[in-house]
Amino acid sequence: MGKILMKGNEAIGEAAVRAGCLSYFAYPITPQSEVSEYLARRMPEVGGVFLQGESEVAVSYMIFGAVGCGARAFTTSSSPGISLMSEGISYIAGAELPAVFINIQRGGPGLGGILPSQGDYFQSTKGGGHGDYHLMVMAPAGVQEAVEMVMMAFPLAEKYRNPVMILGDGLIGQMMEPITFPDHLRTEPPNKDEWASNGMDTRKSSKPNLVKSLFLDPKELNAHNLLLKAKYERMKKEDVRYEPYNIDSDYQILIVSYGTMSRVCKTAIDNMKEDGMEVGMIRPQTLFPFPEAAIHDAASKAGCRVVVSIEMSVGQMVEDVERCVRGKCPVEWYGKCGGEVPTPEEIAGAVRSLLEKNAGSFGAKY
Amino acid sequence: MGRIFRKPEVMTDEPTHYCPGCTHGLIHRLVAEVIDELGIRGRTVGIAPVGCAVFIYNYISVDFQESAHGRAPAMATGIKRVRPDLIVFTYQGDGDLASIGIAEIIHAANRGEKFTTIFVNNAVYGMTGGQMAPTTMPGQRTTTSPFGRKVEEVGMPIKIAELLSTIETPGYITRQTVIKPKYIVQAKKAIKKAFKYQMEGRCFSLVEVVSICPTNWGLTPVEAVKWAEETMLSYYKLGDCKTPDSHKGV
Repeated sequence: MGKILMKGNEAIGEAAVRAGCLSYFAYPITPQSEVSEYLARRMPEVGGVFLQGESEVAVSYMIFGAVGCGARAFTTSSSPGISLMSEGISYIAGAELPAVFINIQRGGPGLGGILPSQGDYFQSTKGGGHGDYHLMVMAPAGVQEAVEMVMMAFPLAEKYRNPVMILGDGLIGQMMEPITFPDHLRTEPPNKDEWASNGMDTRKSSKPNLVKSLFLDPKELNAHNLLLKAKYERMKKEDVRYEPYNIDSDYQILIVSYGTMSRVCKTAIDNMKEDGMEVGMIRPQTLFPFPEAAIHDAASKAGCRVVVSIEMSVGQMVEDVERCVRGKCPVEWYGKCGGEVPTPEEIAGAVRSLLEKNAGSFGAKY
Repeated sequence: MGRIFRKPEVMTDEPTHYCPGCTHGLIHRLVAEVIDELGIRGRTVGIAPVGCAVFIYNYISVDFQESAHGRAPAMATGIKRVRPDLIVFTYQGDGDLASIGIAEIIHAANRGEKFTTIFVNNAVYGMTGGQMAPTTMPGQRTTTSPFGRKVEEVGMPIKIAELLSTIETPGYITRQTVIKPKYIVQAKKAIKKAFKYQMEGRCFSLVEVVSICPTNWGLTPVEAVKWAEETMLSYYKLGDCKTPDSHKGV
């Protein structure tokens, strides 16, 4: 299939359909409402389910119900809506259900704004809802990658029986780019008869299935929490994804950046290279599991004096970057938020001044 | 002579955890009898509530999903939309359905979702220890209305069956009780009718069941029945509020 020009939000909707997800529940919110508008027309064409819920809270439980009986289902929203869904996301993680949530981030806190932001890093990678759980979080840097991640998200959610979040931003949702839909073998959620409440007749069983998150016995809940932890540890081993950029060069400064921000960083890195200055970058494609070893190794490279986390937030991922660098060299933050996106020139300026500021750092040498 | 009374097949042998005099066990049994009689065990999915009845899945042996407080109608919607062939029921208390989950039940009823809700109204939050509910009667003492429910401060009890009956979408909305044998027969008929409407794909159905909570009311079971009959039934009137046939519709 050739390339077609598509808006991010619409491409996300189409990608889910092509991944075999025929159920979509959502509540309108800018800047992602085009996903719903697209699927309101598309789902009936493929015999799928489209339903606009009464609130994001309700939508998160419609997803629980649908996924809990063995169907593939997903929803899309934007930051304030994801806050409302976080209750349901916690229950879905607790009940070990393979749902997919897509957050086309806007600025916050509160109503914030409707322009692109990366202010929900903490919310998506550290929890959001209550209790000991993690989502698998993937961060696309463009429409093509958003399509690919949507199509990967369903099998990954089913592999771990854990919710997967795709953390985009308003720019990825709103921009048009030429894309190719990968060939995709439509699969069914595997082993669902073992856990789904899909009706005993459906699975020809006389034993009922129970989908739940309540464990009143502390020993049982402890065991359940450890079982969830084991899944997160397995994700760290098997499904860390990242893209290194200009990492074989003799860089003195390493950028860590994801999503929309990382694309601007690439342009800045290319421009600086033309000016004779080498800058390396690690772009996490999964924010949980985080590319801990890759960042540590890149920061440990001889000559690297400083690491900078560049984000469209006031500094959230930087805490994970610091954790991974483990004192090998100073870790700085640079960014803008509220819908402002740093330009390549601003990034180059920040990189130069941070390098100057840390001129005394011997980085990995000591 | 043949056997004329037995435990419904779909009920397990597990002893219930309910307090003496509690009506949940009775209502479970009516739901179980209806599931047996309609032969729908293999395609039924229940939604367990947050509240005293959360462990309903230990007593009724069908597939279950366990809900968050108030969200059962949204979960039932999710199931019915992707699997219309399944028979889905929610079992909810009054704190659950009439307070935190009132948006979910109103919108599910308004969309005409084809599932059945058993709404157990005992005028109090049971599991959390007897706090005031939206259905608590005027003057009724609870742990959070120690001087009695003051309607000038918190309003009158919400009549869910009447409220949902104002919705223009066709539905079956009825109020029953199980506090005396004569009422139990009627309640079972209503529950069966509610499931049948769902099986026929006709409409949303809700059976409100006026119940007692002797423990949290601080009464003996016999006193509780008397109080419910005198106080609750004069406010929460029994009978069908709406049927799909009676409704003028569009």
